[in-house]
Amino acid sequence: MAIRGDYMNEASSRIAEVTQASTAGFFAQCYELFDLPPLGSMIKCRDGGNEIMAITCNARTSSLEPGRRPIARGKNELTEEDVFRSNPQLEQLLKSEFEAVVIGHSANNQYHHYLPPRPVKLHSFVYVCSPDEIVEFSRSLEFLTLLAGARTELPSEELIAACIRFIGACHVEPAAFTTLAGKKLAQIFTDDYQKLRTILLRLKL
Amino acid sequence: MNRQDNNKLGVVVSGSLSQGIQARLDSNTSIEDVTVGHLVTIQGNTRRFFGMINDISLETTDPGILLTPPEADEVFLATVLQGTTTYGSMQIVPYLTLGGDESLIEGPQPVKSIPSHFSPVLLASEADIELVFGKEGTRNFFIGNPLDMQVKLCLDLPELVTRSNGVFGKSGTGKTFLTRMLLIGILQTDAAVNLVFDMHSEYGWMGTREKASPVKGLKQLFPSRVSVFTLDEQSSRERKVSTDFVVYIGYDEIEPADIELLRQTLNLTDQAVSATYQLRQRFGQKWIEKALALESDGETEDTLKSLNIHEATFQNLVRGLNIICRLPFTLPHVETRAVDKVLEYLQSGKHVVLEFGRHGNIAAYILVANLLTRRIYTRYRENTEKAMAENHPQPKPLVITIEEAHKFLNPAVAGQTIFGTIAREMRKYNATLLVIDQRPSGIDEEVMSQLGTKITCLLDSEKDIDAVLAGISGKSGLKSVIAKLSSKQQALVFGHAVPMPVAFRPRDYGSAESYAQFGNASPDIKEDNLDDLW
Repeated sequence: MAIRGDYMNEASSRIAEVTQASTAGFFAQCYELFDLPPLGSMIKCRDGGNEIMAITCNARTSSLEPGRRPIARGKNELTEEDVFRSNPQLEQLLKSEFEAVVIGHSANNQYHHYLPPRPVKLHSFVYVCSPDEIVEFSRSLEFLTLLAGARTELPSEELIAACIRFIGACHVEPAAFTTLAGKKLAQIFTDDYQKLRTILLRLKL
Repeated sequence: MNRQDNNKLGVVVSGSLSQGIQARLDSNTSIEDVTVGHLVTIQGNTRRFFGMINDISLETTDPGILLTPPEADEVFLATVLQGTTTYGSMQIVPYLTLGGDESLIEGPQPVKSIPSHFSPVLLASEADIELVFGKEGTRNFFIGNPLDMQVKLCLDLPELVTRSNGVFGKSGTGKTFLTRMLLIGILQTDAAVNLVFDMHSEYGWMGTREKASPVKGLKQLFPSRVSVFTLDEQSSRERKVSTDFVVYIGYDEIEPADIELLRQTLNLTDQAVSATYQLRQRFGQKWIEKALALESDGETEDTLKSLNIHEATFQNLVRGLNIICRLPFTLPHVETRAVDKVLEYLQSGKHVVLEFGRHGNIAAYILVANLLTRRIYTRYRENTEKAMAENHPQPKPLVITIEEAHKFLNPAVAGQTIFGTIAREMRKYNATLLVIDQRPSGIDEEVMSQLGTKITCLLDSEKDIDAVLAGISGKSGLKSVIAKLSSKQQALVFGHAVPMPVAFRPRDYGSAESYAQFGNASPDIKEDNLDDLW
């Protein structure tokens, strides 16, 4: 099967744009305010004919201007939606962005579960991966090593557990995948049982 | 490849030739299915190794797991940890290797190397077992199945009888069954003739079984090739045993050396023992009769004085001699000597079982066994030497079976008894021992070390296990195997006649099929007799 995503759905699966990039990860800003991909979900960027796969983490919504913090506006509103309806400028003054950890890439129509030769380009589009792609990519669990070594603001246990839950849900047999992934983690964390235990308890079937 | 996948247990991770090989169990192999005593093969790069599992352990990559193990309801956690962070490990002792140039012609060779890292460890297949232990045939006798396997484990009996051998095990672990089977094997393969000193009348006609009907003895299975001698005609008649000869021992057949062996049993002093030699010298062959007559004689004191024997010593000796004379099978003089009769039968190729009937006390047993064996051995030695000198075929190998062997072979008497000599000099004169005992630690170390093949059932006592394993390489490993044998129907065989130690379940004995199988090689059992076997 071709690993390239379905171009018909390209518009709908395109959710963000890269705003800062390095080899191991990147930041992306969502096109729609609050339209953030869930923690641990799999996204991809294109680099010429190849794709760079990443896992989302550390999403946040904040003011466009770094020095300017939003103020509370809903005192007289009935619902939270009313706040935005009464202040239409808010959508222009706020941004939703997230960080992504690179977990592999494709080259020559084949997935590789290690870092790509170059980081993604700035302003690359960020697409949500389809379940088929996710299943195909996760046939090898080597990407968990990259994920386990990633330096992120949030605890890596949370990220890894969220990622396995997300990918597992795309599989026909989530339990089998989760067990396999767990065993892979046990190999990675041979000398850190407490961390392993923390992750595994977050994967409870 | 398929076979490999099905039987693969794990991979080699470390080890040494002296300490054995450590293999990590595959995550899909349940440690509970792996048992000590299992035979395994290790497929190295260029050679194949045969070995035995002798220890199993649970390991972990991170000791932290022991502080916070998964809770009972954390099934997923436990599943993931199994085979990864926590894993099973087994210790394997390699014994044989196949694959070098020499082994292609000569079969498996003793191991001098170890397999490389990550060589797969497989359960030994039936073909492997046959390759190592041979197929059932004219020389190879089927003795049982390796633990948890269906393949027939065979013993090269002509090879077995070239050395003295031992069967050991706690009381009630199946020594007698094993021995009976070995005797049948020796008979069937025609490897030797048997002389069995049957203390509890278990081998000749009928044997007992715990919680089951009695089993047939040798004579019932092979009537034309086995003769039963008895010391207790009445007991034999009551048990409806057809005996071939009733044994009586003449006082004039008993030598001081026979008395010496009975020193402990008869509670004789050292002086009393040395007095026997003086009496023998003075009175000749009828020394016992005359010595006992002295008592009622008025000249006793003078005679004793001239012999330099103290009165108390003499009384001590007389008490001992009286015990012997009170044995129902002793007479002042016997016309047909039992030893001649036994030899006659043995030389004609018949197997002799000597039943003790009700006289199974230890004094009678030691006296008769020692007395007969000493003379038979002398005759065998003469015949063998004669055959060697005249280039005749040598006499048929003789296997003498003794029970309660520690009474004959304990360190105090092993140097003096004929059994000690046979065990040490072994095959030179074609006579060897089959020693049966429940306390191998009581047997002289030197004799133990000379036993070629040892078959041992369960032993508990550390001393006994050590005694059985003395001089064996990989002792510590086999120790755990012996201690973990089931108390019934499991045994470990190692030594001269087997290329490597193997734990096995002895073949069935006691059912009609088993009799038929044993009888197959014998012309004695005919189809129409089979009904009687039930």
